[in-house]
Amino acid sequence: MTAAADTMTVTPQDAQKYEEKEFGFWLYLMSDAIIFACLFATYLVMVGNAAGGPTGKELFSLERAAAETALLLFSSTTFGVAAVALSQGDRSKVLLWLAVTFALGAGFIFLEFGEFAGMIAEGAGPDRSGFLSAFFTLVGTHGLHVSVGLLWILVMIGQVLFKGLTAPVASRVMRLGLFWHFLDIIWVVIFSVVYLPGLL
Amino acid sequence: MRPALAYRSLALALGAALLCAGCSVIDGPVLDPKGPITLAERDLLFQAIGIMMIVIIPVFVMAALFMWRYRGTNKSARYTPNLAYYWPAEVLVWGVPAAIIVWLGLHLWHDTYKYDPYNQIDPSVKPLEVQAIAQDWKWLFVYPEHDVAVVNELAIPVDTPVSITITSDTVMNSLIIPALGGQIYAMAGMQTRLNLLADKPGTFWGRNVQYSGTGFANQQFQTLATSKEDFDAWMEKAKQSSQPLDAATYEKLAKPSEKVPVTYYSGVEPGLFDKIIAKYSHGDVDREPHAAHADSAAEPAE
Amino acid sequence: MDFFGRLTIDSLPFYSAIAASGAGVTVLGALSVMAVITYFGAWRLVLFDWVSSIDHKKIGIMYVMVALVMLMRGFIDAAMMRSQQAIAYNNEGYLPPDHFDQIFSSHGTIMIFFMAMPFLSGLINLIMPQQIGSRDVAFPFMNSISLWLTTAGAGLVLISLVIGKFSTAGWTGYPPYSGSQFTPGVGVDYWLWAVLISGIGSTMSGINFLVTIVKCRAPGMTMFRLPLFTWTVFVTSILMIFAFPALTVACGALMLDRTLGFHFFTNEAGGNMMNYINLFWLWGHPEVYILILPAFGVFSEVVAVFSQKRLFGYISLVLATMAIGILSFTVWLHHFFTMGSSARVNSFFGTMTTIIAVPTGVKVFDWLLTMYRGRIIFKPPMLYTLGFLVTFVIGGLSGVLLALPPIDYLMHNTTFLIAHFHNMIIPGVLFGYLAGYMFWFPKAFGFKLNEWWGAASFWCWIIGFYLAFMPLYVLGLLGMPRRMEHYEIAAWQPHLIVAAIGAFIIFLGIVCLGVQLAVSIRDRNKALDLTGDPWNGRSLEWATSSPAAPYNFAVVPQVQSIDAWWDMRRAASLMSRPAEYEDISIPKNTFIGAVIGGAGFVFGFAMVWYIWWLAILCLAVIFVAIVIRASDDDTDYVMPASEVKKIEDARFAQLAKAPKNEMADDPGFAGQPMPEPST
Repeated sequence: MTAAADTMTVTPQDAQKYEEKEFGFWLYLMSDAIIFACLFATYLVMVGNAAGGPTGKELFSLERAAAETALLLFSSTTFGVAAVALSQGDRSKVLLWLAVTFALGAGFIFLEFGEFAGMIAEGAGPDRSGFLSAFFTLVGTHGLHVSVGLLWILVMIGQVLFKGLTAPVASRVMRLGLFWHFLDIIWVVIFSVVYLPGLL
Repeated sequence: MRPALAYRSLALALGAALLCAGCSVIDGPVLDPKGPITLAERDLLFQAIGIMMIVIIPVFVMAALFMWRYRGTNKSARYTPNLAYYWPAEVLVWGVPAAIIVWLGLHLWHDTYKYDPYNQIDPSVKPLEVQAIAQDWKWLFVYPEHDVAVVNELAIPVDTPVSITITSDTVMNSLIIPALGGQIYAMAGMQTRLNLLADKPGTFWGRNVQYSGTGFANQQFQTLATSKEDFDAWMEKAKQSSQPLDAATYEKLAKPSEKVPVTYYSGVEPGLFDKIIAKYSHGDVDREPHAAHADSAAEPAE
Repeated sequence: MDFFGRLTIDSLPFYSAIAASGAGVTVLGALSVMAVITYFGAWRLVLFDWVSSIDHKKIGIMYVMVALVMLMRGFIDAAMMRSQQAIAYNNEGYLPPDHFDQIFSSHGTIMIFFMAMPFLSGLINLIMPQQIGSRDVAFPFMNSISLWLTTAGAGLVLISLVIGKFSTAGWTGYPPYSGSQFTPGVGVDYWLWAVLISGIGSTMSGINFLVTIVKCRAPGMTMFRLPLFTWTVFVTSILMIFAFPALTVACGALMLDRTLGFHFFTNEAGGNMMNYINLFWLWGHPEVYILILPAFGVFSEVVAVFSQKRLFGYISLVLATMAIGILSFTVWLHHFFTMGSSARVNSFFGTMTTIIAVPTGVKVFDWLLTMYRGRIIFKPPMLYTLGFLVTFVIGGLSGVLLALPPIDYLMHNTTFLIAHFHNMIIPGVLFGYLAGYMFWFPKAFGFKLNEWWGAASFWCWIIGFYLAFMPLYVLGLLGMPRRMEHYEIAAWQPHLIVAAIGAFIIFLGIVCLGVQLAVSIRDRNKALDLTGDPWNGRSLEWATSSPAAPYNFAVVPQVQSIDAWWDMRRAASLMSRPAEYEDISIPKNTFIGAVIGGAGFVFGFAMVWYIWWLAILCLAVIFVAIVIRASDDDTDYVMPASEVKKIEDARFAQLAKAPKNEMADDPGFAGQPMPEPST
């Protein structure tokens, strides 16, 4: 095996710690899922409350939403490749694929930011109607999560660069992966609950 | 503190509280109903208290008995330190409360349907329609059939069902006349409904009970339940008022104010109630708080 | 220009004598605490041994300290309301509406979020890891963040008294009244940020406790050998994890409405206030079980220990706890039967609510049956438990009444409701926590609390409770609404005077608690707990020394049964000393948790006052702090076996000198073999 894999061997005590952290992180994700569930419910309650303002049909662009979806789904795949590289202990590959994931995620945020800015410029900002408040908050909360995920990727790139693929770093990358895939799933739901019905 | 002294003072405190309760609760609006709704709700209260005594009294008795008999210093009482399970006891502690809840649940289901405030009290009689509008900090009542409106006073004829549709032109309020029945929220852009009936004449207070700001304590009114003749006379008096409730007058009235004296208006802006709702709803929001009420046969389609 | 947002010199409370004196007391209190620390030269100790500590026991103690301070503040609010209502018949009393409204809002907010929640987290932190034979919680550092975020929230409520005003919208903050149109000042913002920031702390606590229980149990400690207190913590943690997000969303959306002009809950532009109320109670109802279940856990421990008998119906109690946990998510609508829901919806939620009475009733009977054929010793924790048992069923009765929608239509928003939930929360929650406080105090500090003053506090609390709240039931039947700053119905006044007397007697109870603490500290050498097991206890927390060593257990115990310690002691298994000790890895102290909490506090303050640059700065500080911590792979230190041996040798030397059973002198003691420590 490579030298990198050697540094990743863990004592049973450490293994127990990583297991605890992973379980704790799953619980956090469940809790976060409830936040999104409440936001989805709120959106569904308020989707009709356009207060005479623009509705989803007038505001959403299927192309943009599809492009956002593609970027995010693809970034999940590239993260998967990074995770495989991690299990092989290939540091430069891990760095490469984390960087690609970051670029795709940043592209997603760029598109979303453009969408929000365009809507606000048209006078369809979140203060226009209950519907738009719910829309901006739901999609924006997801966007905020992705942004935090991007910062986390940067920190992990830094840790891999400076610390190498040590066991604690590897366990953090794995949890980042859970987070990133979770956001992907949330986005799929947003796409199907917000954009598709809004446009069809 | 000596236990005996403490028990005595506890008993004294309980006694004082009970005495205090006894002397004035009799003529409280809930226990001395003036209409069939409050009467039924009070009876349910008594029944439920009664049935729950099956559990409550044993708890008191067991607590007192065990505390005394199994006090540590009483070495003559039986001591079984490892007794942790006895199946008949488990059956009882689950079974008895469950049986009571089944009984209560059936009553609850039945009475909740029966006394749903949206239900017309007597479908064979056309109820008196009143529209109630909550403002900061007063109540405006509109009699659409009589083209009359009044601030902080509600007159109703005895033995005639009254159907009050309710909305708010401010924050959330809750309308109650405890002698006649329960409350329902008033919310901007939405309409709720309360059906009441007074079977005894009298003057009963009503008010907002949902906290609504600094004038909340003063947001009350009197309900005059009178004979048909007196009600007609009251209506005549109201119609004599020289003041109409047009849009401009309404605007002024709707501004926050407290302790507004009873004011009569003759001639009400047409569709005032619906306009107040529409001002907030933009035609988006379902005007009933819960769409589920569509299945309530009592609610006429609007 | 807008460097300080909307903060100006006019925000100081010089507009009213009462507000200014409240601010004065707050500032003086803070200054005097600092003066005392300086006088004793204790800053080093406070900072390096406590503020930076991530030991679950110290965090637990700090939580309880926060809770007791906030209990005082919350009680002052209560006393002001009771005295105002006692005199305000046909006159304005001494509190203007705007002030009265802030007081009832802060009373509820403080008692739920900053008295009960910290008290609960404190007791859990202190005891739960020891009960399951663990050396710490799963995430000691996150524990510290939770503590300091909760403290940050409490700090925001306190500082609102000095700078600006507090919310007038009640502890539930119903919109649209709590929207910026009707309450434009900073009050509701203080409330929102205090709740949001502490809520994040509570969610993290829930995750921490649950992972600890699931992953960190000692060998042999199967789920169905967990002490009841830990079982209740297990369910409470699940509720925390799944309920708090709803509060975060409700308050977050209201914050967006107020700060950025969103329309979630406004009257206009398509807002929907009913959605807030649903979200709020989707959290709010589980919350009352979050509060009360651990208190049930305390009662379960106390009743078994002081009846000197095994807990009756362990499996029933566990099942009942789980049933309550699940049902708690199915009843939230009973908080607003009167919002116009259909009879079908109301009957469903009413029925679900009454069903909760079944598992709760089971618990009460199982506790009573635990006393049956026991040998009851009436120490203060047991007095609180007995007071609870008798009083709680009255609250249960009124709760079932309110669960019947036709009755709720009459009783909703009246003082009957106030009486009901105080009847649950004072005897149910607070008595449980106070019982736990007196029960586990020796475990935290190594000496027992004075029993006479403990009993005196109990009698004042229970007599005061009956006098203060039974009249409110009656007032509810007389139709008195809650939150009345003055009234014009003469029949109400006598009851309100009795209630005010009750509040005064509760005040005496709080004084007794203070005297008890002072007297106990003065006389601590007479009441030392040398064995670590002052009550002849049953569960594993009594197997450690009092106070427990940093690692709790030098040798992780092997658990054989439900009453693990009771049975071990009989088998003399834990008392045997190992031939040699192991090195133990212990997390190092760190200030990062306190820094995050401090930055959270300043962030909340900046958001309340719209000082945007400061808010961004605080977020940056939090981010950097987290990255620094997350990049530190050297967070533990190793306590060498030699040091462990030194601590354990001292402990066994103390044990050898200690009485064989600290309860043996009690006239009610039923006898329990206490094996000799092997030397």
